Amino acid sequence: MDTFLSGIELLLRWDVALALLIGSIGGVIIGAIPGVGAAVAIAILLPTTFALDPIVGLTLLLGVYGSSMYGGALPAILINTPGTAVNALTTYDGYPMTRRGEARRALALAYSASFWGGMFGILCLIFLSPLLALVAPHFGSREIFLAALLGIILVVLAHRGQVFAAGGLAAFGILLHTVGLDVRYNQRMTFEQSWLTGGFNLIVVVLGLFALSQAFLLLTDKDSAPEAQPVQGSLFSAMRETWAYKRVATVAGSFGVLMGMIPGVGEFTAQFMSYTYARRSSATPEAFGDGAPEGLIASEAANNAVPAAAMIPLLALGIPGEALTAMMLSVFYVHNVIPGPQLFQGQLDFVYALYVAMILLNVIVLVFLIFSTNLLTRIIQVPTRFLGMVILTLSFVGVFSLRNSVTDCAIAAGFGVLGLILKRLNLPIVPIVLGMVLGGIMEVKLRSAMIRVNSPLDFVDRPIAAILAGAIVLILVLHVRTLRKEHLARLSEAQIDHEMHDTQQR
Amino acid sequence: MIKARTLQDLFKRYRRPGDLAYAVIWFAFSVFLLISLPQETSWASGTKFLAQPAFWPYAAVIAMLAFSGLHLVSSLISERLEGRWVEIAHWLKSFEFGAWFLAYVVLVPRIGYLPATLLFTVILALRLGYRSPRMLGAAALFGLVVVVVFKSLLRVNVPGGAAYELLPPGLASFMLTYF
Repeated sequence: MDTFLSGIELLLRWDVALALLIGSIGGVIIGAIPGVGAAVAIAILLPTTFALDPIVGLTLLLGVYGSSMYGGALPAILINTPGTAVNALTTYDGYPMTRRGEARRALALAYSASFWGGMFGILCLIFLSPLLALVAPHFGSREIFLAALLGIILVVLAHRGQVFAAGGLAAFGILLHTVGLDVRYNQRMTFEQSWLTGGFNLIVVVLGLFALSQAFLLLTDKDSAPEAQPVQGSLFSAMRETWAYKRVATVAGSFGVLMGMIPGVGEFTAQFMSYTYARRSSATPEAFGDGAPEGLIASEAANNAVPAAAMIPLLALGIPGEALTAMMLSVFYVHNVIPGPQLFQGQLDFVYALYVAMILLNVIVLVFLIFSTNLLTRIIQVPTRFLGMVILTLSFVGVFSLRNSVTDCAIAAGFGVLGLILKRLNLPIVPIVLGMVLGGIMEVKLRSAMIRVNSPLDFVDRPIAAILAGAIVLILVLHVRTLRKEHLARLSEAQIDHEMHDTQQR
Repeated sequence: MIKARTLQDLFKRYRRPGDLAYAVIWFAFSVFLLISLPQETSWASGTKFLAQPAFWPYAAVIAMLAFSGLHLVSSLISERLEGRWVEIAHWLKSFEFGAWFLAYVVLVPRIGYLPATLLFTVILALRLGYRSPRMLGAAALFGLVVVVVFKSLLRVNVPGGAAYELLPPGLASFMLTYF
């Protein structure tokens, strides 16, 4: 309890409160604008947060991360365009409700389910934290190496239908990390180019892949402006209906927590499992995809439970499970706070402070949305090419303020072009970022683990290492089995949709 | 918007035109990296294989080669999708905006953050086809807000413009500090 109170004390500062307010409200607006997304915003904000205290910077970024999905539900429901990638499933049942004239009901259900999922996730973690503080110290070098390897494998296999491309991109990310000087100060993969000697900076790569590529994507395409109709009536009174679906919301939140904790998995899998569960357990499964409230609730409660859970591998083991937490890891590094077992053991108050900040952000966002939904419907009408110009201008601050380097800006622009190509091809960019971050962790941990390893079996002679190694083997075997099943039930090329999907571009 | 036949379809990604071009370039790049590996890495004596500094570049490039090879084969044996060259032309269009970005980067230390940002946002808005005073005004206002928020208030690390030195001393130091 003392640790919890000292965590709250960390938050009682005007700069933390301001960061929380700006992060959460800014996150909702960013999430609601189709074409931006939390990743672009966090990438741009990252260098700015380096000058702030770790708790202030992380609160700001967490605010954006935790609130963007709330905002993303708004265009998903009103105009059938998800604001962020993870709101794609919300369109399935949200938009049909809008067409039936039930926009207010759909938005109220989405917001309250998001709140339910978000709070459920955080509360689970607050109660889990003491347990994690006990387990985390049992993760030595080989366990962390295996967990990072599991993360890489999962992120590759999660990109169904594009596993070859995702694998190649994850390997490219690992390669990017190796460029520069090795442990013995020898040049490694530098091609005698002085600008490669320092290696690739993660922030520069992330800004290029997420922010600049998004700017290029919007700038090179036709201009359009989303149009959403204002919503009539009070949202607050309509939110009570979620109570009738508390079972679905809680199960969806549980899937969100479980999937969020596993590196490389995240929102999509949680939503998939929750939606399937909601449909199977519903009295009217035929209504799913045609405006079923349970479907909407399953989607929103699951995705909002993930951010809090995604902080678990990051804080307890120092392993980011997806791109946004990978970006946040750099904030820790800049301040010389190394996430991992020591953080969970020695600075549990800091961890609690982050959780309390997340509770507060959920409350702020819900109140903001109840009163500002109609204002948001006007804000999101920014023309897309104008938005491209906005992102390009803001990206400059992000890249150039790092070390005033024109070379960094040129590298970021290069990655921006690569990101645009990948997005146009429906290929994922997340494996590059995770490859780069997890590649660094794997190299360091494997090297230190090898000191005590003499035979391959030594590697898995501890229980957690054996479980992780078993999980890796099991996942690979299950994937091969799924591939076989999918091959037998495959669609012909003509039946497959080859359109670009903007949900896969952010 | 996607309307998938099954829920699994929602989480799948499908080939688009240009996939073969991407697969060829990526495979060629992987082969180039593989050939360069012996010159670009070093092996340390008395160190275990998995702890060698060359281990990870080799592992990454071999994985890249394997995956890009499989991707290339799957692309070659798949049906051709129309519009490959149109797609590649679209990729090349991004170079123009990359050049705009770099021109902005080069301009800032010379003429200053505020003038460079105002010039960049307004001229780029014109290039994007916006002609109404409302949109051009919005572009200029956005530029001003960015500079005030990031440079004047948050004091992010953006150097003052060399052109500010030409201003009277008091004004020059004010501009160098805040804009």
